[in-house]
This record gives sequence, structure tokens and C-alpha cells, in this order.
Amino acid sequence: MAAALESALQAAGAGPCPGAEAVGAVRAALAAAGDPAALGERERARLGAFLRNLAAGPEEPAGPWRSLFLESPPDLAFCALTDSLAAPRPGWRLPAVPEVLEQFLRQGRLAALICELCQQHSRPGSVERHDALLGRIVCLPDLVGNGLQGRSPAAFFPQRYFPVLGGAVLQVLHNVSASLRGGLDCSVSFISHILGKVCVHGRQKEILSVLVPHLTDLTKSDCIWQRICWRLVECVPDRWMEAVVLGFVQRAPGADVLSRLLGNLVVKNKKAQFVVTQKMLLLQYGYTTAVLQNLLGYLALDGLRRALLIKVLQELLETWSSSSAVKHSPLEQQQYISKAILICLSHLKEPEIESCRQELLTSMMEGVKCHLDSSLPQIRRLGMIVAESISSKINTDGPVLTFQYEEDDEARELKSLLVQAAPLGVLPGLPDNENENADAALPPVLESNRKSTTATTHVMPDEESDAELDSDDDLIPYDMSEDKELKKTKAPVYIRDCIEVLTGSEDLDKWEEAVKALESLVRKNPVAAREVSVELAKILLHLEEKTCLEGFAELRQKAQVAVLTTDPIPVAQYLTSQFYSLNYSLRQRMDILDVLVLAARELSCPKGHGKTKHSGAQNPCIQFLPESGSSKDWRRIVDERIKSKTRRFAKGQSQVEQPSGPNEFNSLAGHFFFPLIQNFDRPLSTFDLLGEDHFVLGRLVHTLAVLMYLAVNTMAVTAMGKALLEFVWALRFHTDSYVRQGLLSCVSSILLSVPAERLLQDVTEELLETRSWLEDVVEKDPDGDCRRLALQNLLLMENLKKKLETAPS
Amino acid sequence: MAQPPPDPHFVLRGTGAAVHALHFSCGGGEPDIPVLFSGSENGFIHVWNLKTHRVDAALDGHGRKSVCGLKTMDGKERLLSQGRDQRICLWDLAEGRTSVTDSVFTENVGFCRCSLLKVAEGRWLMATAAKALEEVQVLELPSKTSVCTLKPEVGAKLGMPMCLKLWQGSCGSQPSLLAGYEDGSVLLWNLSTGKVLSQLICHQEPVMSLDFDSEKAKGISGSSEKVLSIWSLNEQQNLQVQKTHRLVNAGISDITIRPDKKILATAGWDHRIRIFGWKKLKPLAVLDYHTATVHSVSFSDHKSPSDRLLAAGAKDHRISIWLIYTQT
Repeated sequence: MAAALESALQAAGAGPCPGAEAVGAVRAALAAAGDPAALGERERARLGAFLRNLAAGPEEPAGPWRSLFLESPPDLAFCALTDSLAAPRPGWRLPAVPEVLEQFLRQGRLAALICELCQQHSRPGSVERHDALLGRIVCLPDLVGNGLQGRSPAAFFPQRYFPVLGGAVLQVLHNVSASLRGGLDCSVSFISHILGKVCVHGRQKEILSVLVPHLTDLTKSDCIWQRICWRLVECVPDRWMEAVVLGFVQRAPGADVLSRLLGNLVVKNKKAQFVVTQKMLLLQYGYTTAVLQNLLGYLALDGLRRALLIKVLQELLETWSSSSAVKHSPLEQQQYISKAILICLSHLKEPEIESCRQELLTSMMEGVKCHLDSSLPQIRRLGMIVAESISSKINTDGPVLTFQYEEDDEARELKSLLVQAAPLGVLPGLPDNENENADAALPPVLESNRKSTTATTHVMPDEESDAELDSDDDLIPYDMSEDKELKKTKAPVYIRDCIEVLTGSEDLDKWEEAVKALESLVRKNPVAAREVSVELAKILLHLEEKTCLEGFAELRQKAQVAVLTTDPIPVAQYLTSQFYSLNYSLRQRMDILDVLVLAARELSCPKGHGKTKHSGAQNPCIQFLPESGSSKDWRRIVDERIKSKTRRFAKGQSQVEQPSGPNEFNSLAGHFFFPLIQNFDRPLSTFDLLGEDHFVLGRLVHTLAVLMYLAVNTMAVTAMGKALLEFVWALRFHTDSYVRQGLLSCVSSILLSVPAERLLQDVTEELLETRSWLEDVVEKDPDGDCRRLALQNLLLMENLKKKLETAPS
Repeated sequence: MAQPPPDPHFVLRGTGAAVHALHFSCGGGEPDIPVLFSGSENGFIHVWNLKTHRVDAALDGHGRKSVCGLKTMDGKERLLSQGRDQRICLWDLAEGRTSVTDSVFTENVGFCRCSLLKVAEGRWLMATAAKALEEVQVLELPSKTSVCTLKPEVGAKLGMPMCLKLWQGSCGSQPSLLAGYEDGSVLLWNLSTGKVLSQLICHQEPVMSLDFDSEKAKGISGSSEKVLSIWSLNEQQNLQVQKTHRLVNAGISDITIRPDKKILATAGWDHRIRIFGWKKLKPLAVLDYHTATVHSVSFSDHKSPSDRLLAAGAKDHRISIWLIYTQT
């Protein structure tokens, strides 16, 4: 039989263009030869050469040559076709070869090819051949694309090809399973290679979306399939292991499925272990919570792997409790690590906790300390939540840590991670896991949901109309604005009375009235207030809440602002000197900063001129919430200012005309600003701005930024800008991101407030230095807000430059 | 701009002491003169002629001890008055007589006003706080036979009863009693079994006053705190809080729903009378006339809606009479 084939091939000759009769003869001989796998080496070589000639010939051969490629041994046909693609010459081949390849794929020859390659794994010299074919199989879309100069047919788009390849792989795995059941030995290492190479080429999604759902089903109760699966991942070469493991972890619908698919891979393979326990948890942080749950759930599901789980927890906690990590890593990563810790804790069992209680306690204490030290509220809260969770896990009967923080969605989500220890396998599938069954089942459910919601929304108006019938609308209310709180004592009428009550009186009712009345008294009688202004400022600064008066802090602050605006120079001198003196609490120092900012804003606001009161309330675009005092308000104010300003630069003069009046802040800006900037680097025994009191430093920096901004159009602005730039330069590498954010706001304020000509003449060098620092921040800063602010600053600088260019002096 | 609140229609002066109780009797026909009874801290009951705005008679029956409750039984001839001398007196005022015909010695030292309910022609039920601290006694009048004594469970720690309201659903159903206690809870008692049907803790402080609308099965209570509590009684005879309304100033000494169930009035410790719509508790008016705590508010029982008056008696010895929301 082989002889017949040989003679047919010989008859066809080695010419470049075999005729139709020759093709027909070879086909007939092949059919007669039966199993193509039984061909001898010589025949194979000849047939291969014949096919290559056929595909590479200068003109299209006549006759049913295409079928020959589908009937001859798949590796020979595949090699011949891809060879002709790789060496492209214009001619008939351009459309025809891909068509044949497409037929080749469609008729399942790819599976046959892989199958054959799997079986020949032990033949001598097969390694090189395997590598060559592996490359061609995996890179087929690229080969076709390159050969056709980008005009490849849809079947060879990666989105189409890799699912087909996945199907072929599955087919081969079915064969493997069948032959294992038949008692034959089988190798899956070639499939592992394909899988690995596809994954490392970034096509995990396409191939695994076919493989994972099917393997999930097949491994459910079949231990042979489970072993095939384990073997499949174990045989992946180390250099591709990471991509494969990542793909499986991201796409498995639950931890138990992952455990079935991967087996004890992490225990056997060092590389996989590194990826799972280190890389995905500690080095990367972009995965969703579901992926984390998959991963840690997988570690928790087997006794051998649980040791790893505990090790992972210890490493996570080490990172969590390291003050350097808290300071320098971005918020998103810290959230990710916190989530991982909580999930780990949810998987731990009582005896395991018992064994590492001491370590948990130590890391918790350290971690909570450095988290609470942070000046970013989100990080503080993250620390509180994790510490609470650890403490509740290790002290099952004793007292546990509890903190007060805002309960929002994020906090609830984090806490929910801790309780759901059991629901392995009921995790919903990942959104990009294209399980057709699930998809098909989904729409009706959604629809019914939608129906029910619309039904409820329909019910609502009914109820309301019913309620309207039953309302008191026919009764028109009278004016009730006079319905105020009944006062037991009369409010003091003179400022001196207030001072007396606030300093000496034991009558708490009087004291409350005095606190409430003070602001309006000061505003009404500026002359009288000026006589006692510094004394009043002193009293207010030291005033402590005696009764639980509602809004006390706000009342006090308003009074302080009133005093400061009535008699700015002496009071500002007093307050700024007190900011750097001994024996004040941090709260008082921050109060000083708040009052300075609010007063400066009132003074600089044109509406604040004359007798108009409460200018703050009239300014529509900026809301001051001094009481909450959180960093967000500060940042938001500055941001909003910058934003509004930036827009105006772009659009030109388009702002609404504002009421004008002399800027009262003009002569005062220096009194507010310079005393604050002078002493920051002189630590006192109770107050160290550059050391642990970095939160106050952050507030100081933000305050300076706002003062700088408000000093626009004043005389002192250039000197202020220069001093502030130096100040920024000195602190630019501060570790606290809140401080850095303030510094960046300072730069924005300088750019916006100081006239462009002065900037270029007086502070050119500083500006250039700042610019290079900003570029550095944009690229390297771990904090997203810092990067954003720095970018805004760079834009401002660009605008400035453009402005100068368009208006030459 | 909403209208400013109205001034009093007129003011009755001359009681000579703080006014603690008010009761209208204006339901008679044309020849009948509408009257207002007022009880003062000095023990006098004044009968005010609402045509002349003068005192027709001053009754002295409580030994100069404060009068805290006034009720009439079928017209203005038979008056029931409760005083701090621990007595409840029944007066015969027909044809100019001013004599006490009967009296009940309650032995109760508290401030709790009694509640009266007509259950049949010539038969009344009266609930009063009893001698024992936490108990309420229900008597039948005029026979003065005891119907039941309502004792809270041992260890309930309700404190003294502070206010009572006897009521009866649609005709024929059993009368029940709502009682507000010192601990801030309101209890619904079944008079025939003497058992608590429902308990609702609606205030943190003693319940100073409550009123109940048996048609809507909805009631309101006020206490010494800043909150009015509106609760309802469902079909399972359970009391549930419906909503609460926050007041500007603390302390409510009396609450009355107008007989037509449209509005209600509260007497405040902050010297003010507040008017609310009853359906939604929409605030309607704040009447600021008195200069001291208002002790009592009462709506008149005039036949014609446009004549319906609101009276408020206060610690400043005055009784203010208002015409408000009479057109609805």
C-alpha cells in the first residue's frame, strides 16, 4: 500500500507544479493506504515535499487539490500551508491558502493535529518539530494576518480563533480521557504547552472561556478528568505558569471549582506558589474581590494548602502593619490588602487562630497605630475596620476593639467579607465568564425583576394620591417663623458683659446666651469690639464647652472670625504668634488656622465690604464646613477654585461681573501669612510640625495655599509667592500625602495669584525647579490625588506660558 | 408670605389664680347661654358666660385646693370637678343652685385628670387614678360602684398614671381605657378583663397628656420632652408609633383633638398654643399670647362650626379664647 503511494508520488515528480492527474493519483493512493499515521518516514517526507510544492507553486493547481490537504496527515498539511503563508509571494495563494486553512479548522483537523502530536511525544527528534508546530498553532492569527497584510478573514481573528483552538483542545482531552479509560498511557504535555503559550500571549480570556466551563462540568464527579486537569496545569512550563494560573484564578466561578481544576498545584510548583501567594496578593492589587475570594478560598480548601493560607495571612499582616507601607503605598493597594486579610480571617478556624494569636495581636497593635497616624481619613478607617475584625476573631469571649467611624457602603462591604466564610461554590460567576447556559437563563429573570420593579413603582403613585386625599391641605398654615426656642435668660447686650460671663460666671444659661450673642455683638459694635479685641480673641481661643450647647464649635468659630475681621492686625498677630507657642492642643492650633482662613476670605471678598454681614453665606460657589474639619473640605475648596480658574483661563474673560469694592485684605495679607510661614521648622517640646504632628502641618500647608489664593491682586503677593515657593521646596519630599497635596495646592495658588510677569522676573529659577518636581510627581507619586494636582499645576504653567506668548510685552 | 397668627378672640381675666382646667358647655339651643367652666389653682370653679364674657358664678368646693379637672354630664346643669383635695365632686347647677350633690374620695395625690365616658343614657364610666401608686380605678356613675381596678403586672415599673382616656369604638363595642404613665409608656386596658391589651413606649419622659380618635384608631401623646408622638391601634389591638413630631421647646401639658377631628391643639410649657392638622400632623399655627405655662386647652361643643371656640388656660391667670380654622 505504501508502495502504491510512493509510486504515485514519484510519478507526480518533484516539479514545482503538479498536475491534476498527479493530485488525483496521490489522493487515491492515500485513501488506499488507510491510516495516514501508519506511513513510513520516507513516505511522509515525500508527501510533505509534494504538499509544499503544491501550496508554493507559481500557479493554482488544477483538480481537487484542496481535499488533499484535508486528507493527508494533518501535521504535513498544516506545515505546508503555514510555510506558504510565511513566505508570501503575490499570486493565487493569497485567498486560497487561508480558505484551505479555514476548512482545515472547520473539519476538526486541528484536534487531529494536536492529538497526533500528543501521541508522538516520545519519538526521537520530536522536540524541535513540536516547538515549531506549537509556535505556528498559537500564532496562526498573526501568521495569517502578516501573510495577508492585515486582510485576514474573520475566522482568523483572535476572538474567533482561540475559542476554536479551545474546542480542539477539549476534543483532544476527550480522546485522552477515553484512551486512559482504555488502559493506554497518554501525555498531555503538548496541550499544556499550547495552553501556556496562548495564555502568555494574553489570550486567557478567549481560550479559558471555552475550557473552564466545560472542565468545571467534567470534573464535577469524575476523578479521571480531575487528574487530567491537574496534569494539564502541572505540565505547563514554568515560564508560562504565571499566565495560566492567573487565567484560571480569574475565570473560575468559585473557589471549589478552582480547587478541582488546579489540584495541589501551588504545593507542587514553586512558580505557581509564588504567583498565588506573593504576586497576586502583595505585588499586584487590581483584581476584584471575587478573584481574591477565589484565590484565598482555594488555599483554604485543602489541608496541604492551609499552611500556605496562614503564611499568606502573616505576610499580608506584615505589610498591613508596616508603617512604611501605609505611608507609601497607594490607597487602592491598601484596600486590596485589607480585603485579603479579612477574607483570610474568614477562612481561619479556631485552632489555627489559637496557634497564631500572639502574632495576630502584635501585628494588629502595630498596624492600628500606623493607620491611625495617617492623615488620610480613608486609611484611618481602613485600619479601624481591619483591627476591629482581627480583634473580634482573636478575642472570642473577651472585650473587643470598637471604633467609631462612618458606616458607608465601603465599610459594609469590607465587613461582609468577614462573615461570609461558608458560601464556597455559591459565588456567582464572573461577569466575563461566558457561560452560555447562564446567559440563556439570565434574561427572563431580569425581565421579571424589571416587571416587579415597575409594578412597585406603579403602586407608589396610587398610595400617594390616596395620601393626598387624606391630607391637611385645606388648612392653610399661619406664619410660624416666630416659633423660636424659649430663652430662660436674656442675651447680654454689651460685649463687656459677654466677657464677664465667659470668664467668670458660673451661670450656665447666661454662659450659653453669651456664646450665642457674641458674634452679632461684635459685628454690631466694631468700635467697642476693637477696644477689647485681643482679650476677646484670647478668651475665645481658650473657651471650652461647658454645657452641651448645640453647634458650640461653630458659634465660637464665627465669633472668632468676627473678632478677627473687626480688628485684623492685632488679632492676627496674636493668633499667629499663638500658633507656634507652647501648651496648645492640636485642636486649638487647627482652630487658629481655620479662623485665619475664614477671616481672610471674608476680608478679601468684595461683598464683605461695608456693613454686609456673613459674607460667607453669600458666596455661592464655595461651601465651608469648618466643623467637620476633614481634609476633604480643604482639598475641595482649593480644587474648586483651581477648577473654576482653569476653565476661565481657557475661555478667556467670561465670568459674571462681581460687585466691586476695595479689597480689605490688601494691607493685611502679610500679617496673616508671614508669621505662619516663619517658624515651622523650630520644634517645641509639645509641638513638632516636621515630626509627628504632620497632620497639623498638612492643615498649615493648606491654609497657606488658601491665604495665597486670597491674596490675589494685593501688594504683598509677589513676596508671599516667593516665600511660599521656598517653603514648598523645603517640604517637597514629605512622606505624608496630605501634606504633599497641600504643597501642590500651594503651587496652584501661587500660579493663580502672582502676576505672570512677576513670576517670570522674580522667581524664574524656583519655578523651573518646581516644574521638574511636578513632572516627577506626575509620574512617580503613589497618591492619585497628588498626581492629579501636579498635572493640573503643569497645565496651569502651560497656560501661563501660552498667555505670555500671545501677549508680548 | 403666610399670614401672621391671629390674636385671641377675647381674653377672660379675673380667676385670681393659675387656670388648670377648662370645659365648655355650649351644646344647648338658642335660649341656652353658652358657658365655659374654668378651674383655678385657688380651688374656685368659675362659670363664664360666653355672651357677656363675665363670671356668672364662682363655685368653691375643693377647700381652696387646686381644681385639676372639669367635666359635664348631659348639659351644663351637672358638673363633675376634680380637685387636689383628692375629691371628685358632682355639682347640681340647675336653676341657679350651686351645691355639691355627691362626691368621691379618690385618695389619689397625683395630678392625673379623670376621664369620663357616657356608655348609656344615665350611665357613665369614670376612670381615675386610685390610691395605690400605679393603679387606675374605673367607677360607674352615678351609682359609684367600682367596675374594675387596673393594676399593672408586678415589676412593670410604670410609675404613676399621668393621663387617662376612656373611649368606645362604634356603638355597642366594649369601652377601653388608654393610660399614659410616668415612665413614658401608653397602655391600652381592656375594662372587662382588667388586662393590658397593648403597651407602647413612646416617650422617654412621663406622658403628660394624650388624646385618642376612636374613628381613625389613632392617638397622640405629649410629654415633658420635645416630642409629640402619634400612634395607632391596629386590628390586633396593638399600639404602634406612626410618627413623631419634634417641637421647638420641650413640655406639653395638654392635648385636645377638636371634636370634628380636623385639628388639634397642644398646651405648651413654652407659653404657646400650637395647632396642627390632625390627619398628617401638619403644623398650622403657633399662638403666642400667654406669658407663662399653658395648662389646659379645650374646644367648644357649639352646634354650628363657625362658632367653635378654642380656650386656653395658663399660669398667668388668664384664659384666652380663640377663633381659629372655624371655616373648614
